[in-house]
Amino acid sequence: MTSRTTAVAPGSVEARRSTGIWRDAFGRLIKNRLAILGLLFVGFLVVLGILGPRFAPWPFDLQDTPAIIANNYRALVPLQSPAHLLGTDKLGQDILSRIMDGAQISLSVALVVQIVVLTIGLPIGALAGWFGGRLDTYLMRFTDVMYAFPDLLLIILMSVAFRDTAFGRLYSGLFLVFVAIGLTSWVTVARLVRGQLLSLKEMEFVEAAHALGVRDRNIVVRHLLPNAIGPIIVAVTLGIPGAILAEATLAYLGVGVQPPRASWGSLIAAGQPLIREAPHLVYLPGIMIALALISFTFLGDGLRDALDPKLKGKQ
Amino acid sequence: MAGYLVRRILWLIPVLFVVTIITFTLMHLVPGGPWSSDKQVYGGVERAIAAKYHLNEPLWQQYGRWVFDFMRGDFGPSFKYADRSINQIIAEGLPATLQLGVMAFVLAIAVGIPLGIIAALGHNRWPDYLATGISMLGIATPSFVLAILLIVVFSVWLKALPPLGWKGPDTWVMPVLALAGYQIAQIARYTRASMLEVTRKDYVRTAHSKGLRERAVVVRHMIRNALIPVVTILGPILAFLVTGSFIIEAFFGIPGIGKYYVQGIVQRDYSLIMAMTVIYAFAVAALNVVVDVLYGYIDPRIRYS
Repeated sequence: MTSRTTAVAPGSVEARRSTGIWRDAFGRLIKNRLAILGLLFVGFLVVLGILGPRFAPWPFDLQDTPAIIANNYRALVPLQSPAHLLGTDKLGQDILSRIMDGAQISLSVALVVQIVVLTIGLPIGALAGWFGGRLDTYLMRFTDVMYAFPDLLLIILMSVAFRDTAFGRLYSGLFLVFVAIGLTSWVTVARLVRGQLLSLKEMEFVEAAHALGVRDRNIVVRHLLPNAIGPIIVAVTLGIPGAILAEATLAYLGVGVQPPRASWGSLIAAGQPLIREAPHLVYLPGIMIALALISFTFLGDGLRDALDPKLKGKQ
Repeated sequence: MAGYLVRRILWLIPVLFVVTIITFTLMHLVPGGPWSSDKQVYGGVERAIAAKYHLNEPLWQQYGRWVFDFMRGDFGPSFKYADRSINQIIAEGLPATLQLGVMAFVLAIAVGIPLGIIAALGHNRWPDYLATGISMLGIATPSFVLAILLIVVFSVWLKALPPLGWKGPDTWVMPVLALAGYQIAQIARYTRASMLEVTRKDYVRTAHSKGLRERAVVVRHMIRNALIPVVTILGPILAFLVTGSFIIEAFFGIPGIGKYYVQGIVQRDYSLIMAMTVIYAFAVAALNVVVDVLYGYIDPRIRYS
């Protein structure tokens, strides 16, 4: 920070003005090594999620029955078969392909849950913050109730309740899990948006917009939300690890994703009885979960440092 | 203050009301009843059982009955364990769950706060990197993965700790560690950020400039102020540790109430599901009240209105 402020010669105001807040924030973000590491791994997951099925050595649900029979119905461990680089599970399904497929699941958790969170949390927070008064009281009371709801209980209950409906079977049952996790985690965003709007709506530029006759809806959508977007991005990014963890936990319990599809959590559950003969069945998906959680945390921390104007110049 | 407290406590009632209504509705949306997986029974028998448990009544009436029983402290009969009432099941399991949760809570505080302080005091030097690295591991390792690792290391390799049971200190170590791991990391991260924030305050500069020893500045001025915001996350953390232990309990064979969490839902044991929901929702909501009140004691600047 100091190096840059001193680099700007007195009088060269033009040079400083050309860096908008976004470019400014981006500059700070790419200087943060941990955030870049996180971003790289997230990028790797994106590539794996999109291209993984095409490059996976086997379809993730294909059972290599001959190989398993030849091995006395036991899981193949790595190096036992050149065709299965990381071995197979008990059913003869290729571990490498299944772990690669898990990237897609974890990424879609990251994306879809946060979309659900924003769809619910943004309007509720915005309505409460903008209108205030009684509506604010009711909406915030409602979020208080949702906050007290035991998260996993609700998620498991929903997953079981709607498991056999058409909706419950979408995307191997994962869509239901995403919505259930989203329904329990929008409270943070709603509170954040409300707080931001409460402080922003007293600002002079809002008064100016009012004076110019801008409609309320446009003031909220065009002026207030864009100003609140930094903290929202941070909250959403930092919400991702929680969602990935929740999905993995459910899958580990056998509640979420339905076979033959497997997320990293269910791979761990499946590998656990074999931990002595084939520990990699547990460790590899475990490491993938860990890396995904750390990456999104680093990225969220990096974004917070980059976007938080309070920290500006104090690093 | 007293008025504030009373209002917060009264507010628990509508919270529990809404939470139980949502759970009750969802629970009855689940296709199949408590007995649908069992052997086929004659229609008459099934009707008789349904009548005994009042399942033939309209839903609102069943809910009303549940609320009425609950007010008298009766969680009703279990649908799966014919020999025990829900009250007995809870009474048997709650002590172990509470003990596990509270021990994990104490561990999380005892490790997390010093870790965060060390990280902040050695900001951007090796203590920071070490402490931050440890908390990153905590954040990155789901409790069930941590539990597997602990068993592999302590039970399989070192043969030092029993992998199952809940009978004494040596059986407590691994479950408590596995449960607390994530929260240690959370508390450490939070403490570190809060300490770094405090470092920049005017009163810390003043304390330094009036020649106070470093130690006194840190202990008397920095830590005391930095811990105030940390208290706010302790409520949710304790609630999480008490209610979120079901995987760990199942994993280490601990006789707590956690295992009924999933079991109740899968077996459609309606009274069990309701009881677990009420207990957990109450724990979360009540602990938040406690923390908010404590917050006022610790930070006199907070005024309740």
